[in-house]
Amino acid sequence: MATMQTKSAARLMMAPAVIALLLWMVVPLSMTLYFSTLNYNLFNPAQTPFIGFTNYSFFLSDPAFFTAIRNTLTLVAGVLVITVGGGILLALLLDQDFYGVNIVRLLAIAPFFVMPTVAALVWKNMMMNPVYGVIGQFLNFIGVGAIDWFSNAPLTAIIIIVAWQWLPFSTLILLTALQSLSEEQKEAAEMDGAGALSIFWYITLPHMARAITVVILIQTIFLLSIFAEIYVTTSGGPGLQTTNLPYLVYAQALLQFDVGGASAGGIVAVILANIVAFFLIRIIGKNLDA
Amino acid sequence: MRYRSLLLGACASLVAASGASAQDATTLTIATVNNGDMIRMQGLTEDFTEQHPDIQLEWVTLEENVLRQRVTTDIATGGGQYDVMTIGTYEVPIWAENEWLLPLDGLGEDYDEEDLIPAIREALSMDGTLYAAPFYAESAMTLYRTDLFEEAGLEMPEAPTWDFIAEAAQTISEANEDVYGICLRGKPGWGENMAFLGAMARSYGANYFNADWQPQFDSEGWTTAVNQYVELMTNYGPPGAASNGFNENLSLFNQGRCAMWMDATVAASFVSNPDESQVADSVGYAPFPCGIEDCPNSGANWLWAWSLAVPASSQKAEAAQTFISWATSKGYLDLVAEKEGWANVPPGTRTSLYENEEYLAEAPFAEQTLQAIQNADPSSGEDKPYVGLQFAAIPEFQGLGTSVGQQMAAAVSGNMTAEQALQAAQQTAVREMTRAGYIQ
Amino acid sequence: MARAISTRRKLTFTAIGWAVGLLIFFPVLWTILTSFKTELDAISIPPKFLFFDWTLENYVTVQERSNYFRFMMNSIYLSLGSTFVGLLFAIPAAWAMAFSPTPRTKDVLLWMLSTKMLPAVGVLIPIYLVFRDFGLLDSRVGLIGVLFLINLPIMVWMLYTYFKEIPGEILEAARMDGASLSKEITHVLAPMSVPGIASTVLLSVILAWNEAFWTLNLTTSDAAPLTTFIASYSSPQGNFYAKLSAASTLAIAPILILGWFSQKQLVRGLTFGAVK
Repeated sequence: MATMQTKSAARLMMAPAVIALLLWMVVPLSMTLYFSTLNYNLFNPAQTPFIGFTNYSFFLSDPAFFTAIRNTLTLVAGVLVITVGGGILLALLLDQDFYGVNIVRLLAIAPFFVMPTVAALVWKNMMMNPVYGVIGQFLNFIGVGAIDWFSNAPLTAIIIIVAWQWLPFSTLILLTALQSLSEEQKEAAEMDGAGALSIFWYITLPHMARAITVVILIQTIFLLSIFAEIYVTTSGGPGLQTTNLPYLVYAQALLQFDVGGASAGGIVAVILANIVAFFLIRIIGKNLDA
Repeated sequence: MRYRSLLLGACASLVAASGASAQDATTLTIATVNNGDMIRMQGLTEDFTEQHPDIQLEWVTLEENVLRQRVTTDIATGGGQYDVMTIGTYEVPIWAENEWLLPLDGLGEDYDEEDLIPAIREALSMDGTLYAAPFYAESAMTLYRTDLFEEAGLEMPEAPTWDFIAEAAQTISEANEDVYGICLRGKPGWGENMAFLGAMARSYGANYFNADWQPQFDSEGWTTAVNQYVELMTNYGPPGAASNGFNENLSLFNQGRCAMWMDATVAASFVSNPDESQVADSVGYAPFPCGIEDCPNSGANWLWAWSLAVPASSQKAEAAQTFISWATSKGYLDLVAEKEGWANVPPGTRTSLYENEEYLAEAPFAEQTLQAIQNADPSSGEDKPYVGLQFAAIPEFQGLGTSVGQQMAAAVSGNMTAEQALQAAQQTAVREMTRAGYIQ
Repeated sequence: MARAISTRRKLTFTAIGWAVGLLIFFPVLWTILTSFKTELDAISIPPKFLFFDWTLENYVTVQERSNYFRFMMNSIYLSLGSTFVGLLFAIPAAWAMAFSPTPRTKDVLLWMLSTKMLPAVGVLIPIYLVFRDFGLLDSRVGLIGVLFLINLPIMVWMLYTYFKEIPGEILEAARMDGASLSKEITHVLAPMSVPGIASTVLLSVILAWNEAFWTLNLTTSDAAPLTTFIASYSSPQGNFYAKLSAASTLAIAPILILGWFSQKQLVRGLTFGAVK
């Protein structure tokens, strides 16, 4: 009896959140689904005939489509490698006891609080600009020569910017995990004559596995929809080199106010994102006994 | 119970906070672009509110691309968020056709519509009715450094050709280590590199589309123009040329790092301003170069006017027109002249400005600007089914121009050849135009 | 001997730690420094680090052009408002999931997260139309609704992982003592979940503060937050690095300071159940 009661109480408590999110998902999604079957351009709102799957076939047959998928995945993977790898190293570093560790921690988490648009503007103009940017001038100074980031390595440049923004997030989570590792375990291993590397490999890293999973899962969700950084810096170019899926939807459809096309692109992006999420959860979800 | 009233209270206060406090005065919401001249206007608002105490102004100043996205979304959905919108010669014909704009018939008796430069007035009118009032207008010209030209023993011809420009760029960049021979737009976008390239292609006699709406990127004119452009940019242009827009080039030029720069005529008032430019006293002005004999419009294949218009959804049309009338009047030009000097007056809109001796004395670029604007004829013709020079005034052009611009940027940054870029551009354009139903 | 080694070790880590910390912080530091330069100093070659004429003129110009405090107040309203509404929805949901889990709990949780993957650009027009019809354009209420929905999945998940850590026995014990549900909540659970709720609030405020797509596209002036403020400085004509830096510094300062002050809470709280 009691369980029945708690169960229905539980349902009642979950209901507002579930219903709110359901509405948030269903209302735009069904409108989008509907629009995606119309020839609907905002410049010609009077005539919106039904055209079936034409918008989809147009979006999917775009030669840019596969490039965009590849860029999206490269972007996600690149940022994950840097933030997880860098995050582990940074967490290990910040876990040490040294002079001013608290202040260094503050410095290292600062990028997390910076608005994506501001971060992109600052990196684009003041860091990576080949003439005035600090990086370019530094490289000139040491004799390497300035790199024209947004022409010659545009996707790398975007990955660097996004990774800079997300490094603090992964560091914070990994650091928390690291701090929960008991000293006794490490000391016991040291007594057994284990070196620093093998302690890291056999004790620290497995201990952080769950935290790494969380970092990957949460960041992937955010990284699949990166838009502002690309919009501000490269506008998807040069060519298609930094066009990811959200940007493709923007460029192919929203830029010319083709609501039908944008809707079809949006639906495709949702489906693809869910496929990625599905595999992600199957592969690493086991680590997460939610 | 306590919680509920707390919640209700919180909601109520949120609602109250969101509602604008009611006032007697009419408040106009003005969407504008963050260009220097508009920001100056914002600073001079007091003059207007003193004359019209019953009208208050609410400025929404945004970067160009964001502005365009905001106002287009709003006007097309009838959102009614703005009373005055800053739009360009690209939007006006399309929007007026859709009846999204109110005709400007209440600008007042002393507005003197006849005084507006005919080319501009034409571009902002439909069937003889003005739908937007020009705030400042521009065509394109060549800006160059007279001191560097003298040093190199070169002389800018009265009507330069691209061949001469290429030679000059080479001579000067070889003679000066820290000066780039030429600075041109490379940043992708229909209003960025494509504005320049559209004008350049036209100086070789090529349009965006032919009479049957067939894209022309595979034509001889485009091929020559883009090859020339890529060559100039890679050999004599600044590093990072593929991400330089108007603004980046302006900074470079102002610091004396560019020998030549072909861009909008409005650039002239910036580079000649000693407060901003280190080379203010050694800038020369010449027409935009030609690629062929008798090139169309004598090279001036660029016409743009940032203009103020009233969306049909505005509830405050009368007040909005009062404001537009003030901002684009002769009186406003005098006001700027009085407060900031004649050189800072928004250029290109009124004939009377170019008859004003004081202005001509302070603005060495005035004559060249006026000539370019007068030469620029954007109207459609037999071989050109669209209105516009550096753009085509059809809704599809924004997206199409931008993706073509991306290909061109890829060519400048060396990721593909000019031929490959043009081929890709042609493909995209045919695809888009077929989808939009222009070609079967 | 051992002490000498450990001192040297500590010094080494101090050097490395500060170098890395400053490197990561450099873009922010550089922005702040540039905001005090003149436009010409801001683009000087070679760059000027500390020896330039410090000036406040950029801040004066920025404030003259746009009323910073109005944008900031809107940012505060929006981030606090959406967080508050979010808590009202997230706490009961997370609670139910943590204390009476069903086999589908995990699926519901992951479904909630998946709603975050809807690309905003694809649904801008539908949402804009809905907002227009309900008169929500440029209103704080409408934006609070959107921001809260965007952040709700993350809030539910964070809270869920906290609540799950609260041992069930404590509840049982309280019940045995005859405590009513409300007492159970106020005396037993509230104190235990405060740290979790606090860090959820922090994260939600940060995310809402930095959201730049919806806040830009659904506001005009009355509800416009700092993200719109930045959009008017991003690439104007003429030199703009110093003014952009001043505007950027103003836009990130409040949230950066909040984040720094609550750093301990954030370090403890941002676990998403990653620590067992």
